[in-house]
Amino acid sequence: MDELLKILEGNALESRATIAKMLNLPLAEVDKRIADYEKAGVIRGYQAILNEDQLDLDKVTAVIEVKVTPQREGGFNTIAERISRFPEVRSAYLMSGTYDLLLFVEGRNLHQVASFVSERLAPLEGVISTSTHFMLKTYKRLGVLMHSEQPDERLAVSP
Amino acid sequence: MSASPSLRSRLAHQVRDIPRSGIRDFFDIVSTMKDVISLGIGEPDFDTPWHVRESTVFSLERGATHYTSNLGYLELRKALGKYVRKAFGAEYNPDNEILVTVGVSEALDIALRALLNPGDEVLFHEPCYVSYRATILFAHGVPVAVETRAENGFRLTRAMLEAKVTPKTKVLMLNFPNNPTGAVMSRADLEDIAAFARERDLIVITDEIYGELTYDAPHTSIVSLPGMRDRTIFLHGFSKAWAMTGFRLGYACGPAELIEAMMKIHQYTMLCASSLAQKAAIEALARPDVDVGEMVGEYRRRRNYLVSAFAEMGLECHRPLGAFYAFPSVAKFGLKSKEFAIKLLNEERVAAVPGTAFGDCGEGFLRCAYATSLDNLKEAMVRLKRFIGKL
Repeated sequence: MDELLKILEGNALESRATIAKMLNLPLAEVDKRIADYEKAGVIRGYQAILNEDQLDLDKVTAVIEVKVTPQREGGFNTIAERISRFPEVRSAYLMSGTYDLLLFVEGRNLHQVASFVSERLAPLEGVISTSTHFMLKTYKRLGVLMHSEQPDERLAVSP
Repeated sequence: MSASPSLRSRLAHQVRDIPRSGIRDFFDIVSTMKDVISLGIGEPDFDTPWHVRESTVFSLERGATHYTSNLGYLELRKALGKYVRKAFGAEYNPDNEILVTVGVSEALDIALRALLNPGDEVLFHEPCYVSYRATILFAHGVPVAVETRAENGFRLTRAMLEAKVTPKTKVLMLNFPNNPTGAVMSRADLEDIAAFARERDLIVITDEIYGELTYDAPHTSIVSLPGMRDRTIFLHGFSKAWAMTGFRLGYACGPAELIEAMMKIHQYTMLCASSLAQKAAIEALARPDVDVGEMVGEYRRRRNYLVSAFAEMGLECHRPLGAFYAFPSVAKFGLKSKEFAIKLLNEERVAAVPGTAFGDCGEGFLRCAYATSLDNLKEAMVRLKRFIGKL
């Protein structure tokens, strides 16, 4: 992967000037490459990684395994894209194994997620079955630990 | 702290006469201060890879808490043999040509003790790691420093060695990639040095602890050059590339006669390296490329950042090609390295080690380690710029 993307994936707020220094590139070149990635849709957005457990939100997240029937034209894509459009669906993946789609669905409470599943998701044409699991606690998200690391215990000066 | 004069007079002369490490003095000052950004830390800021730590805990649970073979676990020596062949290009027999030690420091010590008779001369290049001169003296050898210079990228040349070699010269010590300069030797550079060692019939001790950490070209080891394996003791360990400094695990590879001699000292003094550290090393070697590759990329980006930040503020610095140190010149400000470092520390709370800690020819330089987060480096550069603006 382009090192530029790696840096942005680690910290999207890194200044362009610092990125230019790290990559030994002129600032204008960094600006251009980021603009190109945005235009091409490689970079789809920039988000903060929150520890939601600290925020006491009225929110639950469910992980839903979905079995579907692939369509004659479009295979899994048609149904998967259809399901992905619901705003309750935060992430959606096509999977190998005993089910086809894996969804991360958010709602205000268990009841709301349950009604999404029973009233919107399950009745869709092509959906064969669903299996819903509620998340209880987040330890790590997007490569970031949700508990603080120990402070740096290295000696302040060493050979 | 101060011993009575009568006790001091009883100390062995070569111990009494060797000054404490300059790093130690500097550490004593830094450790009394708060909010210091340290560019003085000679160890990775990465954590030991989690799979290595997790597996060490498992080894502890399984009871790997006993003495091991003097040479180290055979399983580890076999893994080391494979790794050294692949990464450094030399073959060693795990049965009698690889010795697992307590860090490279022990390996260096026993290599010198195994080789030197009183009065034997050892060529080593300065600026260099703080322990070299002292370790040679402890082994009753005569240290002969060869100065390397910034205009030459702190590389060693045959001419420099020719100027210092004598009939008493027995050993040539090398450390590339270099602490504190970040210098690296190309294959062509090393071929000259190897020819010199062969013609003068010298034993080479090569400390390649930073061997994995090169940023612009792959590392070449002198052991991979023709005729060198059989006159070289190759030293390496897990501190830098796997961020395992506290495990204290190193190793020496060399011809069986030399390893046997080192093993004698090791067996009577250390017995063996820590069993748990050895288990950790076995796990580390199971997937070296993944762990090390990530770190190298990160260090390279920091190196680039630091070098261009120095250039922007008008600080001269040769481009370091390996290890995680930059060695900018501060000579033009008219202060001695140590004065500069202490003033920088007092006024801006940035710690960087004066070049003189690494030999007299380090005067005029400052060692800046980039084994610290980019955020720290950025803040340190803001402070450093402000500081030199006032000088």
